[in-house]
Amino acid sequence: MSFPVPVMARAHDDVSRSDWTPLRERGQHEVFCGLTSIVWLHRKMQDAFFLVIGSRTCAHLIQSAAGVMIFAEPRFATAIMEERDLAGLADAQEEIDRVVAQLLARRPEIRTLFLVGSCPSEVIKLDLARAAQRLSDRHRPQVRVLHYSGSGIETTFTQGEDACLAALVNVAPVDEEAESLLVVGSLADIVEDQLVGLLRELGLPGVSVLPGRRAQALPPIGSRTRFLLAQPFLADTARALEARGARHIPALFPFGAEGTENWLMAAVRDFGLSRDHAHRVLQAPLARAKKALDRCAETLSGRRVFFFPDSQLEIPLARFLSRELGVHLTEVGVPYLHRALQAAELECLPTGVRISEGQDVDRQLDRCRADQPDLVVCGLGLANPLEAEGFATKWSIELVFSPIHGFEQAADLAELFCRPFARRTRLAA
Amino acid sequence: MQLTLWTYEGPPHIGAMRVATAMRDVHYLLHAPQGDTYADLLFTMIERNDRRPPVTYTTFQARDLGKDTAALFQAAARDAVSRFSPKALMVGASCTAELIQDDPGGLSQALGLDIPVVPLELPAYQRKENWGAAETFYQMVRAMQPPDAVERRVHALATRSARRPTCNVLGPTGLGFRHRDDLTSVTQLLVAIGVDVCVTAPWQACPEDLAKLCEADFNVVLYPETAGSVAGYLKRNFGQPHSTRVPIGAKATDAFIEEVALLAGLAPQDALRKARDVQPSRSGWYSASVDATYLTGKRAFVFGDATHAIAAARVAAHELGFEVVGLGSYSREFARELRDAAQEFGLTALISDDYLEVETAISAAAPDIVLGTQMERHISKRLGLPCAVISAPVHVQDFPARYSPQMGYEGANVLFDTWVHPLMMGLEEHLLGMFREDFEFGEGTAPSHLGHQPIQIPHENAQTGLCWGEEAERELKKIPFFVRAKARRNTERFAQERGLSTITRETLYEAKAHYAR
Repeated sequence: MSFPVPVMARAHDDVSRSDWTPLRERGQHEVFCGLTSIVWLHRKMQDAFFLVIGSRTCAHLIQSAAGVMIFAEPRFATAIMEERDLAGLADAQEEIDRVVAQLLARRPEIRTLFLVGSCPSEVIKLDLARAAQRLSDRHRPQVRVLHYSGSGIETTFTQGEDACLAALVNVAPVDEEAESLLVVGSLADIVEDQLVGLLRELGLPGVSVLPGRRAQALPPIGSRTRFLLAQPFLADTARALEARGARHIPALFPFGAEGTENWLMAAVRDFGLSRDHAHRVLQAPLARAKKALDRCAETLSGRRVFFFPDSQLEIPLARFLSRELGVHLTEVGVPYLHRALQAAELECLPTGVRISEGQDVDRQLDRCRADQPDLVVCGLGLANPLEAEGFATKWSIELVFSPIHGFEQAADLAELFCRPFARRTRLAA
Repeated sequence: MQLTLWTYEGPPHIGAMRVATAMRDVHYLLHAPQGDTYADLLFTMIERNDRRPPVTYTTFQARDLGKDTAALFQAAARDAVSRFSPKALMVGASCTAELIQDDPGGLSQALGLDIPVVPLELPAYQRKENWGAAETFYQMVRAMQPPDAVERRVHALATRSARRPTCNVLGPTGLGFRHRDDLTSVTQLLVAIGVDVCVTAPWQACPEDLAKLCEADFNVVLYPETAGSVAGYLKRNFGQPHSTRVPIGAKATDAFIEEVALLAGLAPQDALRKARDVQPSRSGWYSASVDATYLTGKRAFVFGDATHAIAAARVAAHELGFEVVGLGSYSREFARELRDAAQEFGLTALISDDYLEVETAISAAAPDIVLGTQMERHISKRLGLPCAVISAPVHVQDFPARYSPQMGYEGANVLFDTWVHPLMMGLEEHLLGMFREDFEFGEGTAPSHLGHQPIQIPHENAQTGLCWGEEAERELKKIPFFVRAKARRNTERFAQERGLSTITRETLYEAKAHYAR
């Protein structure tokens, strides 16, 4: 095993990064709002429906953001507020009741309905908590109605999932008896099956996931629950779990061979399970992942990569690229820096790497042009303009929509960064 | 509140962005929360633009709301002007900023910028994208009129006999359905018949160009949705007449050329000859050729923006020999025009932006082909119907690399190709009808040139209370699937009208005879 040193234990003897000051910027944020998370959440939870209470902009955003028009009838919709709702001619709560009744009549298979707050609904202080409570009472037991906010004034992109999962944690059943391990964060089904399989093989008790494939079947949570975060953007969900007595197991996030091993081993250590057994279980998949990564390292080693802020995955991915593939990081931008959740990750970044928090997109583009990186990881609004300027780019949204966690996907993840280079080589030939 | 799965149009500020992105040397400052920046990707990904839209968003957050969002707006305005050096600044608010009432117009005036500032009032809870584009274009044109506009107009009229006639071409925007190619096609026709183009706007126009609009003899309106209000304004203020015919289809192009010739003081027959010389029209002959006989009476359901839907219905009926069985649009602003057009086909227009309502209407009409938007393409996929896309909302596929206009004679050629392509070809259709039990021609066979993917048969509504006899049901299955829904519907109607409770094989053929033309 090449990464046997527990990262958390190393925090004190290495140079401490906790006193770093990132470059903080406040200008135009070129990022999605939390509503965008619905694009994958509605596919993940097959019995759930997401009803955004918002404006035409919200509806247009979701349908444009990911080109999701491929789904003829999706499990999300927008209740578009109109002039009469704002002018007080219509009672907003009654309107929500009417729209929900219409929706449930059309989609009787829905078991969990999320009322999702938006910028306009937050600004006019529409009380969705009250609406969710009332509608839950009315439609129980067929349908549970929950609410959260995915508004752009409060949430950035993946934070929408955080808010959604926190809402689920609040209604999960209580279990104060059984010891359990909860894996938190929506994962591609194949990844979820792999990681859960490995955790069970390692001997972890009561392994379950949040969110599961059915929102109705929530895992029980109590003071004997410990949880691993599979995604780095789940601060509110972690807080909600802790409020229920569950305990977070700090670890790297399961990206790359190192991250995945560290993540799994953190659980093994925390539960005091046999490390020898764990090493035996992990040996083959770890070796496989490393071998596959070696091929990608040929393409990526020594390349200079610039991350624009997008999904909060930037820091763990930068760590993966830098430590396992020999990438040189020019700037790692994050929408916001959650030091506690990213503590282990930050320890693993090379000294002196420029981390920026927030955004002033024009100034960041200036820095990017000055840095002249070999690859820019950025959102869809910036990718083609940067390509036209001669930069190779990787759309960050693809990193959110692809199975990239775990040993078996480590090389797929690296491959996503190799592809822009491979494509350029082919087109130049 | 309106329950919405898909929207045909974005909010009105997207329309403003389409104008800003089309133009040169302008910048649009939008007071909006951070998520609203998604709109950039419409232009960079769908239209594949090689630069960011000229738009700055203030991206205020919840914590700014308690403080000073107005100051944030002003700082963003100063930064944008100094960084991008536009010749005019458009300012406005998206839906959320409209609620906090910061008055972008007033705030920017207070900055004393040395460029024109054009405040845009686009009510996000009442209006939509196309209206927003039209209003923005109108406000820009109004704001850019020079103080000596009337003198310029008088001078232009005075020198008219000494030069070729001139027109402005109005309407093409960013993210438009084939606007780029329509403009090329129509400009080619105009120049060929002897009309020079003074200004094209908003596409590639800078603010100074808008000041020259008054110098043209007349205006060509390509898209009434975006250019109608500007054309009206120019007519009121400068007496500039404008075209009313939209050149989609060969016949409409003829009418357009004749209209333009009259506006330009040219001989219509001569203009027509020159136009057809420069752009050979093949669609008419293709449609007349015997190979196209099988297109006769194909049932077409048409839905799109008003201009494209009305034009497509006429082309379908009069140039391809289809039967128009449904006509609708999401453009409520053009409801009257649409209702009038629907009457030509003995139909009631469907005016709706409710995707589900459109789906129901298509399903009920049981068409052979759907001419619609990307939304209808999805509906058609579900219902197993052939479909061609004729209108925005756009998709990355609606920006083909090749030249593919909808307007002019070349546009009519493109329409013929694109609409006929999804259909089963004539002889194939016959063989399929004759040999129903051929295993390779089985249930749900797709046209052979489109592969053999299975097609989902339209779901039948079993609420008629009628019972199909076993033999009749078997016979029905022998009817090609693409007309089966119609046959079923007609037979049931026939049976209901006669009070029959069971449908036999005889009923099926009696109904067939009854409805046969």
